[in-house]
Amino acid sequence: MSTLAIETKDLGRIYKLRGNKKEARKELIALQDVNLTVKKGELFGLLGPNGAGKTTLIKILTTLLSPTSGWAKVAGADVLREPDLVRPRINMVSGGESSGYGLLTVRENLWMFSQFYGVPSKEANERIEALLEMIGMKDRMHTKSSDLSTGLRQKMNIVRGFLTEPEVLFLDEPTLGLDVGAMRDVRKFVLEWLRANKERTLLLTTHYMMEAEELCDRVAIINKGRVLACDTPTALKQRLQKDAIFEIQTSPLNGLSQQMLVDQPEVTKAAITETETGTKLNLSLVEESALARVINLFTQKDVKVMNLIKREPTLEDVFIDLVGRSMAEEEDSGQPE
Amino acid sequence: MQTSTSWRSFRMAAWLGWVIESNWTDPFLFAVYSIVKPLSGAAILVIMYGVITEGNFGSALFPYIYLGNAFYIYVGAVMTGVSWAVVDDRELYKTLKYMYIAPINIPLYLLGRGGARFVVGSIAVLITILTGVFFLNVKINLAEVNWGLFFVSLTIGIIMLALIGLMLAGFTLVTARHEGFIGEAVAAALYIFSGAVFPLDVLPEWLRPVGYFMPTTYWLELLRRSLVGEVANAFPTLSQFSNLEILGVMIGLSILFGLVSIWIFKICDHIARENGMIDRTTNY
Repeated sequence: MSTLAIETKDLGRIYKLRGNKKEARKELIALQDVNLTVKKGELFGLLGPNGAGKTTLIKILTTLLSPTSGWAKVAGADVLREPDLVRPRINMVSGGESSGYGLLTVRENLWMFSQFYGVPSKEANERIEALLEMIGMKDRMHTKSSDLSTGLRQKMNIVRGFLTEPEVLFLDEPTLGLDVGAMRDVRKFVLEWLRANKERTLLLTTHYMMEAEELCDRVAIINKGRVLACDTPTALKQRLQKDAIFEIQTSPLNGLSQQMLVDQPEVTKAAITETETGTKLNLSLVEESALARVINLFTQKDVKVMNLIKREPTLEDVFIDLVGRSMAEEEDSGQPE
Repeated sequence: MQTSTSWRSFRMAAWLGWVIESNWTDPFLFAVYSIVKPLSGAAILVIMYGVITEGNFGSALFPYIYLGNAFYIYVGAVMTGVSWAVVDDRELYKTLKYMYIAPINIPLYLLGRGGARFVVGSIAVLITILTGVFFLNVKINLAEVNWGLFFVSLTIGIIMLALIGLMLAGFTLVTARHEGFIGEAVAAALYIFSGAVFPLDVLPEWLRPVGYFMPTTYWLELLRRSLVGEVANAFPTLSQFSNLEILGVMIGLSILFGLVSIWIFKICDHIARENGMIDRTTNY
């Protein structure tokens, strides 16, 4: 009996994009040589910017999409050759969308999906009540789903995923578009559900660093279809412990580029993010003394330092270390997932 | 296990389809709509017929047209009902991907959704025929109706239409943006070539074979014959064939169309998975 809930080997997916009349068909590499193993009972995170290939990977693992190379197994069954063995043992929730039948009440929507999975009706109703209680919307059980807010509809969908008690659950950006309170509810709900049974496995995709750090046992950082690193959040961050990491808020950079920063001696990484309040720089320095050179450069370019803190590395820093720029910058060069 | 999977796929889909069909408005409006819609369709035909024939409602052509048109409601309801479920679930409700990852039989799920349209369509067919009998002098003598032939033909025909709907569902799965038109286009084509409102003899000779190849042609003929036998004899198209012969041809063509439809659906389903089309939305 395998201890693995998910296993992929050299998994790849290439999309053929239809060009316009003047252009030939293009190929987009969405996944390339993905080798992953997720153990039973694990909460595994896929972390990457939009367009990294996270959703493509989930689609393959849930039998919605065929891979173009390699293979993948979920709950011990091959997703391409044995989809009928995979489906009764999985479920999926996609965030950021309002799916569901608006004419049905919350209970009816959930009950119907439970019936498709063969859950006895009485048991399904008990589970629906318990799960709605857990996620804080039991009072909306008899509300038509068309009358729910986007956030509540998303919560209903999350319950739909958990309702069938899948061995492996895929959550694709489950908190996307939710307000802070709802996000907290969902994360709490996920952890409680997972703790209740050690055999349950959950694969979560997110581009929220905090979410990955808070929830996941292990994280794979994925970008442009490739898995760049895979380990526990702590171990990933320890890769950067040797560097001093500074977060600096400045006035506009007046032509100071990322390359000019990286060209400074002992500056290993630099990422620039424009925020509502100004410009934010994340710098990794081999020695703290290199900071003086950076400040000197700011002075030459008439850039004012508004705030400067030295902090512990985060998964965002790990991403910058691996990719060379921040997730936000990477998303700007985005490709469809 | 397989049987229960198939049954629950069909049963729950039929339930869902019925809830969607019957709950989109309040019960009173639904009842009004259910009556007014088929009657409006029939009224257009009756008025056109009255103007063209200068009110000759005693001709055998009138019950031919009227009953053909009444039963043709099933074509739109069942056939497009099955294929439209793909559009509904993928574009409107955004649930098709969740159906696809559930342990259900997708073809039976789609057929179940069409089943709900069959119920709604049956109400419309019944209302149209009763209106014809009570107000338009369409003579149906219940004692002379060949009930056995009627129910056998109706059942086989509905299964045939549902399976053609499955083929359209397959095309819908792999067609971008214009998927809604597929069912309507096929239903319109069948309307012309199935002898629904005029005998095939009216068509140019070179187009008639298309009609002879359609199982719906024989289906409508059998339904008319079972209800009003003498009407069929008034037109030469199929008059030389006995009921049994026509039934045989219809069963043969239904099996052929059914098998081809299942095969096409499987191919389209495979292409949809290959190209990531199961959850594609066009946001229209």
